[in-house]
Order: sequence, then C-alpha cells, then structure tokens
Amino acid sequence: MQKLMVNGVEHQLDVPDDMPLLWVLRDVMGLTGTKYGCGIAQCGVCTVHLDGHATRSCVLPVSAVAGRQVTTIESVGEQPVGQAVQKAWLEHEVVQCGYCQSGQIMSAVALLTEHPKASDEQIVDAMSGNLCRCATYTRIRAAIKSVSQA
Amino acid sequence: MSDNQSSPALLSRRGLLKGGAALSGLIISAYLPPMVSRSFAADVVKGANLGDGAEKGYGAFVRIDHTGAVTVISPKIEMGQGVQTGIAMMVAEELEVPLSQVTIAEAPPNAALYTDPLLTFQATGGSTSTRYTWEPLRKAGAGARMVLIQAAALRWNVAPSLCRAENGRVLGPNNQSAGYGELVDAAAALPLPTDIPLKPINTFKLLGKSAQRLDTPHKVNGTAKFTIDLQVPGMLIASTRTCPVSGGTLRNLKNEAAAKAIAGVRDVVRLDNAVAVTATNFWACQQALNALDIEWDMGPHAGLDSAKLDKSLFDASAGDGVFAHKAGDIASALKNASSRFEAIYEQPFLSHSPLEPMTCVAHVRADECELWVGCQAPGLAQMGAAKVCGLPVEKVVIHNQLIGGGFGRRLESDFIFQAVDIARKLSYPIKLIWSREEDMTHDRYRPHYVDRLNAALDKDLRPVGWEHRIAGASVVAAYLGGLPADGVDFDAVEVAKDPIYTLKDLQVRYIRHDPEVIPVSWWRGVGPLRSTYAVECFIDELAHNAKADPVNYRLGLMQSQPRAQAVLRKAAEITGWDKPLPAGSGRGVAVSAVFGSFVATIVELEKQGAKGLRIKRLVTVIDCGFANNPTSVASQMEGGTLFGLSAALFNEILIENGQVQQTNFHQYRQIRMSDAPPVEVHIVDSVESPGGVGETGAVPAAAALVNALYAATGVRERRLPLSRSGYFTV
Repeated sequence: MQKLMVNGVEHQLDVPDDMPLLWVLRDVMGLTGTKYGCGIAQCGVCTVHLDGHATRSCVLPVSAVAGRQVTTIESVGEQPVGQAVQKAWLEHEVVQCGYCQSGQIMSAVALLTEHPKASDEQIVDAMSGNLCRCATYTRIRAAIKSVSQA
Repeated sequence: MSDNQSSPALLSRRGLLKGGAALSGLIISAYLPPMVSRSFAADVVKGANLGDGAEKGYGAFVRIDHTGAVTVISPKIEMGQGVQTGIAMMVAEELEVPLSQVTIAEAPPNAALYTDPLLTFQATGGSTSTRYTWEPLRKAGAGARMVLIQAAALRWNVAPSLCRAENGRVLGPNNQSAGYGELVDAAAALPLPTDIPLKPINTFKLLGKSAQRLDTPHKVNGTAKFTIDLQVPGMLIASTRTCPVSGGTLRNLKNEAAAKAIAGVRDVVRLDNAVAVTATNFWACQQALNALDIEWDMGPHAGLDSAKLDKSLFDASAGDGVFAHKAGDIASALKNASSRFEAIYEQPFLSHSPLEPMTCVAHVRADECELWVGCQAPGLAQMGAAKVCGLPVEKVVIHNQLIGGGFGRRLESDFIFQAVDIARKLSYPIKLIWSREEDMTHDRYRPHYVDRLNAALDKDLRPVGWEHRIAGASVVAAYLGGLPADGVDFDAVEVAKDPIYTLKDLQVRYIRHDPEVIPVSWWRGVGPLRSTYAVECFIDELAHNAKADPVNYRLGLMQSQPRAQAVLRKAAEITGWDKPLPAGSGRGVAVSAVFGSFVATIVELEKQGAKGLRIKRLVTVIDCGFANNPTSVASQMEGGTLFGLSAALFNEILIENGQVQQTNFHQYRQIRMSDAPPVEVHIVDSVESPGGVGETGAVPAAAALVNALYAATGVRERRLPLSRSGYFTV
C-alpha cells in the first residue's frame, strides 16, 4: 500500500514500490494530463511538482514520494502562478500539438514560483529539459517573460 | 520494407496521379475507391447531407442544431498546425456566427465526402489543408447562411434580399429576428442553392485577423485527450516488442509464466513479428516484456549496416536513372561552359519521433472493429484494419483523435494494424502504447538521399543550366505500392525540376534506390525539403564561387519569381544583410517556393572554438498569400524553422546488424530552448489564395544553417547532420 498526496488529496494505493509515479498517476489514478514521452527523463513531458519542485515523474518510484506533495497539471491552475502561466500560454498562443505543454507549464510554474522575476538565463536553464517537437520555444519564452515582467 | 513491384492498379489510375502530380507536395491516389472520381471541393452542396436526424444543415461540413450551436465537421485532423481553428473561421465568417459558437467534430472516414483533391484521398498532409478547404468550407458556411435567410424570409413573407444574417441570427426588414436554431428545420426543407457567392476579402470580420485557437484551452490544463489518454470500458493497456530487424519474425517465446506473474498482467499475445502483453498499466506491460525470453528469426536483413547502405546509395547516385525533367541541352551546355561547378549533398535517414508515441485504442468484436486513434489518413487506416481483422470495411469504425505530434508519421497505419491484430485475439478492448524505444526503432523513416548537381557556368560564373541527379528511396512507391509508368517519384523531384532560378538548360534525373531493411515514409517537408536543401546550398556555393553576394546573386537569377524575390529582399532588410559581421560570425540564407508559399530564412551564427556553433538570430519571411489566421502562420514558421534546424544539426538514424541504433532522445537529440534564439517571423501582406504553412518553415532551414556556417567559417559542409562532422551548439 502506498500513501500518496496528490493535488492536495490523500490516496491509499495498492501499487508496487518501484512503479514510476507517472504510471500511478496515469493508469491507476486516471490523471492523464501528465504525459509519457521517453521514460528516461530526457523529454520532460511527464513533469510534475514534488513539494513545488519540477520533477520528472517517469523515473521517480512511487515509494520516493511518500509524505511529499505531488502537484499535477490538473490542479496547478489553482495556484496564482499556475493560473498566470496558463493564461499567458493562451495569450501568447504557445500551444501547437499540445502534448508536451503540461510538462512545459509545470516547469514554468516551478521556475516562476521560485524566481518570480526570472532572467532570460534562468528561463533557458529551467526550460531546456523540456522538449517540444513542434518547437514552440519562441512563444514559451515570450509567455514566461510576460509573467516574470508582470 | 518498401515494395519494389509496380502496382498495376495504381498505374491504371495514372491520369489521376498525373493530375495530382502537377500540384505541390504530398500527393497520393492509390487506395482511392474506384467510384470516387470527382473532387468534393467542386461539389460541396450536392455532396452535403441535409436532414440528418435532429441535426440540420450542410451535413458534410456544417451542422446546426435546434439551439443554434454550430458544429464544423473537419476533414482535417488537428496535430498542432491550427488547421481546425482555421477551418472553423472560414465557416464562421460566411455563416455569420461568432467563432465561440463553433465546435469541431472529426470527420469519419468517407472518401465521397472528405477526399482532399490535392491529395486525392482523405488525409492531412502535404500542407494542403488550408489550400483545399479555402473554397469548400467557406461555401459550406455561405450556403447554409443563404438557406437560413430564405427560411426566415418565407416565414416573414419578405424578400430574402431584405434580410441579413448577423451573429447567429437572421434579421428582417421590420425588426424581425430569428435565431438559426429556430430556422434549421425550415431551411433544411429548401432546395440547395447552386450559386454560392463568397464574401470579398475586404469585408472579412474574422479571417485575416489572429484568433485564439479553439483547441488550446484544454491543452494548458491537462484536460485535452490524446489517444494515449483515452479510456474505454473494460480496456487494458497493451505494449509490444517488435522484431528489431524489419522483415524478421518471432521464432520462440519462453518465460511466459514469469511475465504473467507480474501484478496487473493479463495476457501475452504472439504476433508474426512481435510479442504483445496486456496489463492494467503500461509499466507492468514493460516489466512483463522484459521478463519474456524472446527469440527472433532476424530474417534476411540482419547483416546490413549504415556504411553498406550509404555506399550502395552513393554508388547508385552516379547512375543515370530516369529523366524527371529535361529542358534545353545540358550536355552541350556543360561541354561548352566557360567553367563548371559540381557538388554532392547527402542527407540521412530521419525518425519522426513525435512526443506522443504511436498509440491506438482497438476493440475488435465479432461483427465490428472500433478504433480510437489520432491518424492523418483515416480512410487508409480503415481499409487496412478491415483486412487485418477480416471484417468488411464499413464494419471498421474510426474515431479520430487529437494528435500529439504527426510530422508525417501518422500517415502510416502500421501501429493501428498491430493494435487490431492484438485486439482480434482478445475479448476486451486494448490501448496499444509503444514505448519510446519501439517508436524510434520501428519508425517509417525519411530516406537517406544523395543529390548531385553539376552546373554549366557562363563567363560571369552564373549558371546557364545544371544537371541534378536525385538518388534515394521512393516514398511515393513505398506508400502507393508503385510508381507511374515514367518511373519518377514526383515528390522526390519537386522543386528540383521547377527551381525558382531561371536556367536555360535543366536536366533532372531520378535514381530510385530503395534501401533494404528500412521502411520509409513521408516526413514534414517531404521531397521539397530535401531538394531545397540541395538547390539552396548549391546556389550559395555558386554565389561564393563567383565572389558574389549570395542575396544579390540569387535575385539576379529569379527574375521570373517576384514573390520569391520579395521575401528574400525583406529578409535581407530585416537582418541588415549589408552590415558586415565580425570574423567568426556569418549569415546564411535560403529561399523556398513550395506548397503555394514563398519563404526566405536567414540564420546568423557565430563559431565558438573549433566546432561550437552559437545560433544568434533566426529570421524568416513568408508570403503564404492571404494569411487566414496570422498567429497560426507565425507559429508554424517559428516551429517549422526550428524543426528543420533540429534535424540538420543533430539527427541521423543509423543501422547496425539490420537494427536501428537510436533508441531514445539521448541518442536522437532534439533542439531545445538552449540551442536557438527566438524565431523572428515576418508575414507578407497578401490577398493571393492561401498557401500551405504546416511544412513550409522547415523547408529552407537546413540550407540557411549550412550557408551560415560557410559564411562564418569558410568551411562548406554538404552532408547532414552537422553533428556528424563534430559540430555542436553552444
């Protein structure tokens, strides 16, 4: 039995210790906003927050998150920064296919929570672990800057 | 494996193929059911299906219900290119409804209604979507508006000309007002108009102004459902291991009991060339696949590697092949030239690697096969699936879905057929999800190519003409099962046989050389991307050979191409092309004219150390005719430019022992935010018919990069990717 705190709600789940958090979220809990892309922490589409920090859930055993707060794209909009980022994403028309954008937004929210006035360099550092095959980087940058300069 | 045999069925439809081949980009005509010979575009109203149950309106494309809600049935799938919003805008403009009142539904496979005449089958690809829908979708909206107005006019006993439509309502001369929902029943009973005038561009309220996409709000909060996110009752997850060598088969399978003992695992399914496991979750599937002891018969291609494949192609490229184009007399021109210039360009195999791996939900019952899958060619998927499960085509139901990245990959249905093959052996629905490793090693790859160019130059070192030999696998033949009688892959030679530069003598030879082992397919930018790389690098080399400015040299040779000249001039102006850069920095340019659009892209880079490249500026200017939704055009150009650069910098699929060596993104690097600056896009104001933009940005990117590298370093690289020669981004 794993005790999990996801989006502010406690869950008791009968899953193996070593099952990556990603698959617990997606296939056990039905929270499919967090995506699978590579399974080896190379693409960032599985990014969630662990106690507010951006973390790749595809390589994180579920046992490692016991007692910690997991936040996913489904609830990040309840935070003011999350809401601001989602709004900026729409205003800048960032999204193309959209598959990576949950992960992009989770990385951006973690960045802007820690560094509300993130510099260009901090933006590149925080976001370069998130791949986008549609290559929406131009607008991701602009959207983050619009929040950091607000 | 591509089929080397020509298909008689295809060749007998040569007329169609030829008609299509005159157009740009991806053109397909096999698989077209024989009864469909007309273009739906020319027949939008007659083809529409009025009075379809409770939903009334132009049923093929537009439906309006009793509440006035408008559903646009999109013949084009959304994979990030913004096409469904563009289509909704076309309908909303003519129907006089706010865009917010429109929802999109995916068109089911139906060749009679949804065949794209530019492709000659129902598909999303070849940057045809806006070009094709521009007239029929506006007509569908306008036609619906006309009968709604007529219905209101009859109700009020006034002339239709005294009524007008606005904001989802018809307004009459005496302050009458009726919502579309109240009028649909009466409108549906009216005869369909045969003459449907369209609004003049200068009266557009929506089209031409940037609109927020309809699909994006769900994509920023995790609620958008891609195929990989779907749940159907009773469904289990499935995943596969497919024989690592194409053409190999499953020989033996052991340790099944250990695999099935893993918590959550239900079944192990043997396929001809693969093993599938079903389980309650994807991770258990992977654990079980790892636990299995799988013995493959690697088949006849297990000895092949990239060195052999490359040598074989390179040797073949010196051959004569078949003529794809012949104007003037290049042999004499070369003989009499005051000088000649030759170059050989090589481009590698490429994977698509969309971030959503290949995924398909399949439920095969005794009398029906139901599929939920994001696919670019639903009609082909339906026909192939029917074959796999042995049901009639009409018993295969496809629910098309949002696509998490296509780039051509989902024009193929191999993964759909695999899902059907598994599901037909099971009593429950499955969601087949390929691991990234399966996805990358079992792609249908962009072929490797060799382009040889040999120019005859006049005394001013300008080309009188050139010979262009194109050697590579035929994607057209792989997709259609054969080539037209002339043996020319019309996609591969596009751009090469119709360059923007005026050449008195031009000869293009096509040398078909299909690789053993590696299945090939369409990749964003298709043939024009490959040809543009070769031609735009070559013209740049000629300019430098003449010690001429690469922009001016090009302009002097493209006098019959005013739109191409204009984008080139604009890009030069934006970047300050005339202003010299410090030593070690350089600008490279490339121009393309394909998919009905004109693009000039300029890359500015700085060399750091021996092989470090810092891309400092990216500018792209597009004339795509009338820009339906300008923000979507800009997005496609930004992303397309980086997509093209990503491959040119980093990507190459390599083969050893018949097996693809790149298994995941650590070995198949993609461009990241740290690799490139923002892309600056300029859209030329135009009222010409819309051109395509989905692939357009990718097309000139590689040549602009390689030309910039030359400008910065004096080193001319001709073989992609640049990482192969040791370059890396800083």
